[in-house]
Amino acid sequence: MRFETAAAPHVIAGFTVPRVMFQVLLALLPVSVAHVLVFGPGLLLQLAIACPTALACEAVALRWRGHAAGSFLRDGSVLVTAALLALCVTPLLPWWLTAAGVAAAVLLGKHAFGGLGQNAFNPAMVGYAALLVSCPAEMTRWPLPLVDGAHSWGDLATLTVHSFYAGTSAIVPPWDAYTGATALDSLRTGLGQRYTMGEILAQPQFGALGGAGFQWINVAALLGGAFLLARGIVRWHIPVAFLAGLLLPAAVAHGLDPGANAGPLFHAFSGATMLGACFIATDPVSAATSDRGRVVYGFCIGLLVFLIRRWGVYPDGVAFAVLLMNAAVPLIDRYTVPRIHGHPRH
Amino acid sequence: MTLVSTLPGLLTLAALAAGLGGLLGWSAARGPRDSGSVAERIDALLPQTQCGRCTYARCKPYAQAIAAGEADINRCPPGGELTIRALADLLGRDPQPLAPEVGPAQPPQVAWIDEARCIGCARCIPACPVDAIVGAQKFTHTVIAAHCTGCELCLPPCPVDCIELRVVEAVDERLHRAA
Amino acid sequence: MASASAFPAGLRLPAHKSEALAPAIAIAPAPSQAIVSLDQGSGRAALPCVEAGERVRVGTAIGIDPETRNRVLHAPVAGVIRAVEPRVSATGTGHGLCVVIDNDGTGDRDPALEPIDDAERMPAPQWIECLANSGVVGLGGAAFPTAVKLAAALAREATHLVLNGAECEPWICCDDALMRARAPRILLGARLLLRASGAGHCTIAVEDDKPEAIAALKAAFSSQPDERITIRAVPAVYPAGAERQLLTTITGIEVPSGSVPSQSGLLCQNVGTAAAVADFAVTGEPCIRRIVTINGSGVVRPGNLDALIGTPIAELMAHCGGYRGTPERLIAGGPLTGRALPDDGIGLTKAMNCLVAASTLDLAPRGAEMPCIRCGNCANVCPAGLLPQQLQRSAQAGELEQAGAWGLLDCIECACCDYVCPSRIPLTQRFCEAKSALAAREERLRRAGDARWRFERHQARLQADAEAERRAFDEARRRARNDGAS
Repeated sequence: MRFETAAAPHVIAGFTVPRVMFQVLLALLPVSVAHVLVFGPGLLLQLAIACPTALACEAVALRWRGHAAGSFLRDGSVLVTAALLALCVTPLLPWWLTAAGVAAAVLLGKHAFGGLGQNAFNPAMVGYAALLVSCPAEMTRWPLPLVDGAHSWGDLATLTVHSFYAGTSAIVPPWDAYTGATALDSLRTGLGQRYTMGEILAQPQFGALGGAGFQWINVAALLGGAFLLARGIVRWHIPVAFLAGLLLPAAVAHGLDPGANAGPLFHAFSGATMLGACFIATDPVSAATSDRGRVVYGFCIGLLVFLIRRWGVYPDGVAFAVLLMNAAVPLIDRYTVPRIHGHPRH
Repeated sequence: MTLVSTLPGLLTLAALAAGLGGLLGWSAARGPRDSGSVAERIDALLPQTQCGRCTYARCKPYAQAIAAGEADINRCPPGGELTIRALADLLGRDPQPLAPEVGPAQPPQVAWIDEARCIGCARCIPACPVDAIVGAQKFTHTVIAAHCTGCELCLPPCPVDCIELRVVEAVDERLHRAA
Repeated sequence: MASASAFPAGLRLPAHKSEALAPAIAIAPAPSQAIVSLDQGSGRAALPCVEAGERVRVGTAIGIDPETRNRVLHAPVAGVIRAVEPRVSATGTGHGLCVVIDNDGTGDRDPALEPIDDAERMPAPQWIECLANSGVVGLGGAAFPTAVKLAAALAREATHLVLNGAECEPWICCDDALMRARAPRILLGARLLLRASGAGHCTIAVEDDKPEAIAALKAAFSSQPDERITIRAVPAVYPAGAERQLLTTITGIEVPSGSVPSQSGLLCQNVGTAAAVADFAVTGEPCIRRIVTINGSGVVRPGNLDALIGTPIAELMAHCGGYRGTPERLIAGGPLTGRALPDDGIGLTKAMNCLVAASTLDLAPRGAEMPCIRCGNCANVCPAGLLPQQLQRSAQAGELEQAGAWGLLDCIECACCDYVCPSRIPLTQRFCEAKSALAAREERLRRAGDARWRFERHQARLQADAEAERRAFDEARRRARNDGAS
């Protein structure tokens, strides 16, 4: 009796790329819910423009490169990029800027390098950095979080819609009434104006843990990260190293001069810290390869974030820190090759 | 901020870019210093068949010709595509198909003397560049297969055409492991 | 007595062994026609030393090693050689030379076979010489000639023998069954192997998910204690039984890359091999049978069979109740490293430790290959400490030297990385192809180096001859001038 032959192994675990991506999207649900509750429906509009744009750009790029688009569009990786970018930008961003950012992320950040698995830089951060450097005013226009009861969800929704079409419609949205500096922004300007930490933290933008509103987003991101860790999608090395690199220097600086430096708790729960630690820095394609390398990589990102927040020009440094360390990955990989069984120990 | 005021900055940046870029390009194009060692490195990639099909008599002169820029990298039939690719990698050039005038790619082959027809004239022995033929006047000759490079230089001198070339089949068990 | 394994990697896999272990080992009936492949799985085929029409008895030599001329293959049945011809076989090309014997039903043993009574007192080289002609090979699946391994261990003064009873791969449970049923034989084998190799200490390693086997070994041990032999449990992780990794787990020594265990004073043998050595000493019968697991959802009654080499697989399956439906695939080995066979008419070889009639329930389709997303799952599970993602990048690009630098030759082909890859990349296959290409390239470079050396010698010789001729001419002319002058 004849049989068909096939190569070993004859069994395989259930990991597939779409399943990995889908679980990442699932882990982003708590963050998204928190985001909408804190900053209004802006995120939903951003996602509504980001996701289709990402898919369209991916399809165009694949066709251009001569690949069959079907399986790649279904793998969900570009949706993760779009979702992360939508979460990082302000919910008030005009639609054409979001689309441009997503296009930059997918075309420049991913396909210019060769598509899935080949990008040297985190695509979402490439898009974010391109937008931030090109349109700093629009990118730093964050709404005041809804937690302090200063305005209603409905008002914020109206503002969001108007802001979404800003630049393409005649209506000028009433930004001044509803937008303001983020916590990290206030911290920097406040310190620059020689206020003490106590006075700065007393402002309404600051909550118990970190920035008002942002702290809940960070908590939700942490929950999502715990889910990914439990499922084995993400290993602990990068998130833990990132937080260590950010919080240890923050603790040291806070200890040396509490008046001029915010504490580690604040840093942990403001800005894009947890989102960066659990979702952005952990992008496997652009991260370092070995576990030891990932620890170095994560730690340096955290350290860079601290340095940028403390002394840099931008209020939050996650995007630039990640991009800088992406560039350093080949160097890190070179010096953190794990020892092979049977090879000498140095 | 007018265009004129940005000119100094623009010009400085442009000059820097041109200068640094030119420096990088020049150092890349210079290649390894000692062209003598380049010839040796090229020779190390050639199959050493010593057949002369490249029209350079032997492998070393061909290597030297490539190093001197006189010959192209696609003239070695026994080396075939693998050698062309290896040379392309070494010298930073694009691989090309085998030059048509040197003939088709030659598979690994070994000469075999039909001892029944060999007349012991010993004309093939000096023709072999690697002394792979054992024999003497009026004694049957034979080819030491392990030493034969398949260069075919022994075929023309033989008056009775008793030498033939046999392609070497290499079956690697590992290649079939998974299938 | 579990110990921490030397490698934190590897996989915990569902075993699927309990059904096959439920019945006792059954003796499979002798086949009416034995198809004995001259390549028993070691990759080096024997030369036939019989012809069609010859009559052979059980244990008569039918194949010899091409280099050492040792008698490495023996007739499993008595009868007439029908043919020595290519048949479908379990080798890489799918076909191989086989000795086909028609069983005459007599079961006559070759009169030259005699038990070796003083095996435990015989000088080691002499005992190894006996084993070299006994056809005993590694029965764990690699089929490497045992005598060769023992001779190397003896020459290098090996100190530690490890008997591999780990059997870490799912489906395969022949060693477990052997340890439960024939523990005293294994212990005798251990003593004989200690004698042959000159090692002073033996550890029998068994995975900790085999408590019955451990108990059986301990019971046999307590009735015949030997202070040189220890029984040790190792964690049940795949691939705990991989030779290098197991040696590290037991002894803490890492066999250096590129060298063999005997160079580190270690020797590793499968428990089945130890039992085969003992059987040979006790009965004098060469290695013509082995215990093989018949498993899978495609067979009615999974079990372990004590079967003769050369028994067609179809008959072994029939002895286990036959196929259940039409199996999807016939696999020799386990799910991760097993080879899919094209035909069940292939005769059992010494390398086949398990035969699986796999149905769709047992198999998992791989699906389409996607690009590597560098998730690192593969590196997390690699027992050799490699970075398969980097290795596959070099291998796919054809950068063989770079692949070698990433540890291509240290890959033990366990397929752990394949198992966890979300992009479904056939990593192990790619590494095998790269190893092949690397070996071929090194062979080419070696031949080119040889040719260059011979060519330079040739040129030097011609030059020396020309020099000698010129000198002789000058000498003759000088002499002529002197003669003329005088």
